[in-house]
Amino acid sequence: MMDETPELQAFRAETRAWLEANCPEEMRQPVQGDGDICWGGRKWRFQSEAQRLWLERMAARGWTVPQWPRAYGGGGLSKDEARILAQEMRRLKARPPLSSFGIWMLGPALLKYGNEAQKQAHLPKIARGEIRWCQGYSEPGAGSDLASLRTSALPDGDEYVVNGSKIWTSYADQADWIFCLVRTDPVAPKHLGISFLLFDMESPGVSTSPIKLISGYSPFCQTFFDDVRVPQENLVGTAGKGWDIAKYLLTHEREMIGDMGSLGRESMHQIAKRSIGTGRDGRLKDGVLRADIVRHEIDSYAFALTMERVKDEAKAGQGVGALSSMLKYAGTELNKQRRELLMSISGSDGLSWEGEGPEEGDLAREWLRSRANSIEGGTSEVQLNIIAKRVLGLPGA
Amino acid sequence: MVLVLNEEQRMVKETAEGFFAEHAPVGQLRKLRDSHDPDGFDRGLWAKMAEMGFAGVAIPEQYGGAGLGMVAAGLIQEAIGRNLSLSPFLSASVLAATAIAKAGSDEQKAALLPKIASAELIVALAADEKPRHQPHFVAARAESSGNGFRLTGAKPFVLDGHVADRLIVAARTSGEEGAPAGITLFLVDPKAAGVSVKRRAMVDSRNAAEIALEGVQVDGADVLGGIGEGFATLEAALDVGRACLAAEMLGVSGQSFDATVDYLKNREQFGVKIGSFQALQHRAAHLFCEMELARSATLKALTALDEGDARAPFFVALAKAKAGDVCRLATNEAVQMHGGIGMTDEFDIGFYMKRARAAQETFGDTAFQADRVARLLNY
Repeated sequence: MMDETPELQAFRAETRAWLEANCPEEMRQPVQGDGDICWGGRKWRFQSEAQRLWLERMAARGWTVPQWPRAYGGGGLSKDEARILAQEMRRLKARPPLSSFGIWMLGPALLKYGNEAQKQAHLPKIARGEIRWCQGYSEPGAGSDLASLRTSALPDGDEYVVNGSKIWTSYADQADWIFCLVRTDPVAPKHLGISFLLFDMESPGVSTSPIKLISGYSPFCQTFFDDVRVPQENLVGTAGKGWDIAKYLLTHEREMIGDMGSLGRESMHQIAKRSIGTGRDGRLKDGVLRADIVRHEIDSYAFALTMERVKDEAKAGQGVGALSSMLKYAGTELNKQRRELLMSISGSDGLSWEGEGPEEGDLAREWLRSRANSIEGGTSEVQLNIIAKRVLGLPGA
Repeated sequence: MVLVLNEEQRMVKETAEGFFAEHAPVGQLRKLRDSHDPDGFDRGLWAKMAEMGFAGVAIPEQYGGAGLGMVAAGLIQEAIGRNLSLSPFLSASVLAATAIAKAGSDEQKAALLPKIASAELIVALAADEKPRHQPHFVAARAESSGNGFRLTGAKPFVLDGHVADRLIVAARTSGEEGAPAGITLFLVDPKAAGVSVKRRAMVDSRNAAEIALEGVQVDGADVLGGIGEGFATLEAALDVGRACLAAEMLGVSGQSFDATVDYLKNREQFGVKIGSFQALQHRAAHLFCEMELARSATLKALTALDEGDARAPFFVALAKAKAGDVCRLATNEAVQMHGGIGMTDEFDIGFYMKRARAAQETFGDTAFQADRVARLLNY
């Protein structure tokens, strides 16, 4: 940190002192289960007083969303300050005080496309963790071909009347509001009739039902809209231009999903040593599996270095186009491969489904969960289409 | 340091790309091959590379070099890969220069490095003895004799060996055949009595020679570095060479990929451009992603070498493993997607596949590097 300006050095010292004084001890422990990170919202039940306090303290400084403007509940930090905050939090092993689709997805979209009233109404509640959002994109008939979506929102007086159904709505059963792609113009060409609409999940006519997955988890729901009345002022941007916002948001989502490929290298090593054992030369006893593992490690490191390079290039004002597609494709395929390998390495241990230990069944469930990585947020095939078209300039079919 | 090129490096990249495309395009390789040129490279080009500062790019300024480091050397080698330009750059400017700068005495450095930078002297590394790279396997013997040593052994794969003015020979002064300890490096004049040099014709039309040493007398002053301590120098030189080969393979991949994407946009079958077929689009897009991964790993390796990072060997092995795999994929896909024309000698793409194979085998292929990665990660 030798090249830091005196201002940044002061900010670092101040931040470190504040975090040490204000981050409760329990919030410095490794994350183990789903409830360990707060997702906020009207239905959230704090796991502990420490979790509540940590959120409250961080939100008071705007540090749940460090780079958002102060006027909307953010910390107003510069990129450099935000980086320092993140480093200092890592140093303390502090858990994130709040995580949500509002922070990652809706917030950036509102900051770019929302009007002043919408920013005032929604951003501070996201920052304080008061309202939890879900994303209404895919439909039973509109998956990879998302723009063919059919949920309709037709004007009636100063309201829209929404009818239709969304699927794979993550945590819709726990969300308070939804940001939703709807068709406001039934006759326009398919990309042009789409709008971006916000509404309360408690509105009459909204219902959700969780979908049980092969992993045994139910993070996704199907959501139904039956004559749901939404004020027209809840439309973000211009009617018929929702597809632009959707694409912008998907970019954020892809980066988020792609990033998972670089996580958790250590455990693979530990599991391999324990489960396979090493010979007298110190090498894993199973030569074929060792080769598979190292090929995967090479790709993981190359991917992590690519994430690093992409960030450095972005800072230097350089960069490749359709980056999010590349990272999403490479990162998710890598994560799937990693989960497959962990199952191979673990042998019958990996087959446990439930048991007494808190981690029992995790390997198998995470393996199954990871299969969705290359489907959600645009399939691998869709990402390859985007790269072929936008980066390589190959002709359409 | 960050993984992004600085101003100076961007200039090297631009200059090198322009230079090799203009002065040593792939057509020059074809000409040299077809005319069975005795040197196998254009000495005029090598002299120009010295004028440009390329030949001494990584040699310290005090010895007449540009002192720009390995990232810059890698950028030059990448441009070489794009154009398949022939020169003794890898053996002299990268391998030999590194070994001499690391282990040489002040006299040796002053005598040799400026001449490498000015392209007056080609120095080649005679280390490998096995067909599959195994750097610590050295059976060549060096026995005390007079005020120096007598060398006996065989070096079947010496890059640029037949045009070398000086050789750096790895021979054993003690220890078992396969042991890293006991290897000593010697500066040998290839015209000395007992040295025989036989040029080898290689699949990639590059220069390599088979060199035999029969009781070659060398002076004590021609030992490079400490006696029995040559392996560390050898490894350092090889790692720099491996990282530069990874960079060259980025260039080989990049050029064959660009040519292929161009072909997909122009070639018509079934009444449409073949680039509109999703079967080909997906493979091209996948390859694009893979090349980006290889690029990050290679830049990291070169950067780590420049920084003297203790993890440099790990990143070098990572880069050569990844770049080697990707280069093989890129050149094979290039031939496949070009179809029949890709199989013809008249068309350039075959040259790229041949070079990809040779570059991959040189100083340890993907399997070799992957095993190093595994050991360094403690698997």
